[in-house]
Amino acid sequence: MQGVVVVLGGATRSGSVSTLSMEDNNLVLSSEDSSSPDESELELGLGLSLGGTATACKPQQHYARILTAKDFPSVGSSVSVSASSSSSSSSSSCSSSLSRANVTAGTKRSADSVAAAANGASSQVVGWPPIRSYRMNSLVNQAKLPATEEFNSLIGNSKNSNTVAGKGTNNCSDKNNGSAKENGRLRSSLFVKVNMDGTPIGRKVDLSAHRCYETLAQTLEDMFHTSTSTISSIRSSGEEHDKATRSSKMLGGSSDFVLTYEDKEGDWMLVGDVPWGMFINSVRRLKIMRTSEAKGLAPRSEERNGRQRTNPI
Amino acid sequence: MDFSLPTEPMNHKRKNPDPSPDSDESTTQLSSPFPDEVLERVLSLLNSRKDRNSVSLVCKDWYDAERWSRTHVFIGNCYSVSPEILTRRFPNIRSVTLKGKPRFSDFDLVPPKWGAYVHSWLLVFATKYHFLEELRLKRMTVSDESLKLLAFSFPNFKALSLLSCDGFSTDGLASITTHCKNLTELDIQENDIDDKSGKWLSCFPENFMSLEVLNFANLNSDVNFEALERLVSRCKSLIVLKVNENMTLEQLHRLLVLAPHLRELGTGSLLQELTPRQHSELKSAFNNCKNLNMLSGFYEVTSIFLPVLYPACTSLTFLNLSYAALRSDGLSNLLVHCPLLQRLWVLDSVEDEGLEAVGSNCPLLEELRVFPASDPFEDEILHGVTEAGFLAVSYGCKKLHYVLYFCRQMTNAAVATIVQNCPDFTHFRLCIMNPRQPDYQTNEPMDEAFGAVVKTCTKLRRLAVSGLLTDLTFEYIGKYANNLETLSVAFAGSSDRGMECVLKGCPKLRKLEIRDCPFGNAALLSSFRKYESMRSLWMSGCKVTMDGCRLLAQEMPRLNVEVIRECGNDGFQADKLYVYRSVAGPRKDAPSFVLTL
Repeated sequence: MQGVVVVLGGATRSGSVSTLSMEDNNLVLSSEDSSSPDESELELGLGLSLGGTATACKPQQHYARILTAKDFPSVGSSVSVSASSSSSSSSSSCSSSLSRANVTAGTKRSADSVAAAANGASSQVVGWPPIRSYRMNSLVNQAKLPATEEFNSLIGNSKNSNTVAGKGTNNCSDKNNGSAKENGRLRSSLFVKVNMDGTPIGRKVDLSAHRCYETLAQTLEDMFHTSTSTISSIRSSGEEHDKATRSSKMLGGSSDFVLTYEDKEGDWMLVGDVPWGMFINSVRRLKIMRTSEAKGLAPRSEERNGRQRTNPI
Repeated sequence: MDFSLPTEPMNHKRKNPDPSPDSDESTTQLSSPFPDEVLERVLSLLNSRKDRNSVSLVCKDWYDAERWSRTHVFIGNCYSVSPEILTRRFPNIRSVTLKGKPRFSDFDLVPPKWGAYVHSWLLVFATKYHFLEELRLKRMTVSDESLKLLAFSFPNFKALSLLSCDGFSTDGLASITTHCKNLTELDIQENDIDDKSGKWLSCFPENFMSLEVLNFANLNSDVNFEALERLVSRCKSLIVLKVNENMTLEQLHRLLVLAPHLRELGTGSLLQELTPRQHSELKSAFNNCKNLNMLSGFYEVTSIFLPVLYPACTSLTFLNLSYAALRSDGLSNLLVHCPLLQRLWVLDSVEDEGLEAVGSNCPLLEELRVFPASDPFEDEILHGVTEAGFLAVSYGCKKLHYVLYFCRQMTNAAVATIVQNCPDFTHFRLCIMNPRQPDYQTNEPMDEAFGAVVKTCTKLRRLAVSGLLTDLTFEYIGKYANNLETLSVAFAGSSDRGMECVLKGCPKLRKLEIRDCPFGNAALLSSFRKYESMRSLWMSGCKVTMDGCRLLAQEMPRLNVEVIRECGNDGFQADKLYVYRSVAGPRKDAPSFVLTL
């Protein structure tokens, strides 16, 4: 039923930084570092579709197709154009010629969401339920399990080891040294929004639950994936990365999407270029972008083209 | 309030306007028998904004007397007026409350760098309000530079409160703590702050002792505990202390021993292995806190720990457990010791059973907020609360008038019963977390639930609706909600008619915020004059188009009609619309993605 396929940006472990600024639909790349990446690139596949319904809904193979409201039935007594609620509230520096598709496809997505009542519907909508992000982020980790002492200390320990960014919760009494935190992050969990081109409803992912790009990519893949993903080849260069082979949903070069993120300065960067810690510190939100939109995201265009990691239109 | 302070450069004598003929009439003008000073003195006793606004409308003399005697000003929308206009009208302000961004910015619906910068206000205040003492900001963008300006510009500065603000770091806080010699209040809550270090706390000078309120519960960096300890022991007037999660129980104990007179306490982490001696010492420290009426914090709470707190709970009126994943037994055991509780904030981890305990133990309860403990659809373990919990509370807590309730299911019948039990609701905010979910028993829309609310609760001032709703809900609201001031709507309604009904009714409506509803231009333009009587309108994810917005802007030149342009917007749909009245004209600091029509 569903079959959009995604490639996530590769992981170069160097300190290179690629900056993407999008103005007037043109992608301008400025690269600040050209150290050569010798780690494997990470390419993962996500499957997602703007699914079909009983009524007239054209097949989804053509990702660039602009869907209109006619494609989707109305839900119950209301059809809402939920574009803005579900697309990321980004500044105009982000361009996507397919946002119209986002707009109209939203109706279908909400239809699905409502139909599948207990299916993670509300967690997919940006800004819903209406809880301040501060509160949302700060209590998810705590509230997972019954509040027993042993359990909490277990959680505390595991959080300490898992949390890359920001504070680990502590239950030891030697914390009064007044030392500054390594990272300035406010929250012990680090939820950021994830949007995917063509999917109007955003999700959120807890970055502090991950320590490397692979697990993050896997999670994102699960979030946006359905069972009928297509391609299963693995792209890598240099060493084979074990984790990269783990999933059968990895994508080859014919995918249409890359994973990008917006950093603190508002620039859009390819995910995977910087060390994980640096990424965690600067990421504001994620976006799975169509490759056509993300043209030139690669910091070293020649090498990337050589690997055909991103597929130009 | 003593007007004759010799140090004041600005005295209360105003330049007398040319005597108007009115002031000589002795019969029809109330102001004439009194010298201005007396009138001002009398008016200075007025605190309520509404009263003051009414007073200023009586006649010119009263307007003048009021403006000279006003010391506190509240600005609900920072773009509705400019600092120049404000300072011109009110020369003697000591305390300013400013709110900035639309409320939906709390839920990430407003892009970053949207505006609401406090800096331009501070620049004007620095020259006009030299004796400014208090600044309370909500949803404003505050920079470190602004904080530094604040610290240096106002020698009498006393109280700073930042709620849901962004744009600053702990360096900015350090400016405040270093330079504000008369600081009594530092309240930093739920801000998007660049938390670099806890050094700001150590910047209080060693001879500084005026602090009365300190809240850094939402800052994560460690502070130097010894510095905090010294601060607490010096500040004998400290009545509010809310520490962050990093404080251990042992540290908390030391602080309590120094400050048993606290009225509000926010604990740190409650997860620590205590020896029996430590345990009893802590319990005795809590026992000595006879004045506590608010407790919060409770990070990483365990049921085992809670009994230590019991002695401190006897005079508790406000208990904030919204960061504590308490279960029902822990809550009910605690509540037995809180007979005077008026306000309770909990997580839905307490479930319906916990709320039954609330109903049984808290007869004086006036406000209840139940927050979701985790993402309801990704957490299989916690089940949250249902209509049963709310019902239980309504049976036991007859004084309930403020509820914020996040739940997973609700029925029309339950809500009808709830408002029968508690007809005095002033704030009814119900969030059924799955958008457009119907009554789970009858599968019908939730129209009758909110119909019951507005019909029964005549004092209702704030309403948030959810669940599957047709236009009928809004017909009810427009017809019955005569005191409604704030309405929040999401994923609701069937057609333009819904919004039209609200705009045609609800005579006291001030704030209307709507997301993802099928309301379009017809609705927007149906009662456009109404927007001038309101503070603001927010519509996102609706069917309004740019043309509709332009039309509105044309018809109502005194409104600011702003559209936030989403990326890739083709210029036809108006994704996010923000309309508000203003005497300051269009924004001069709007970013490129905000279009003022």
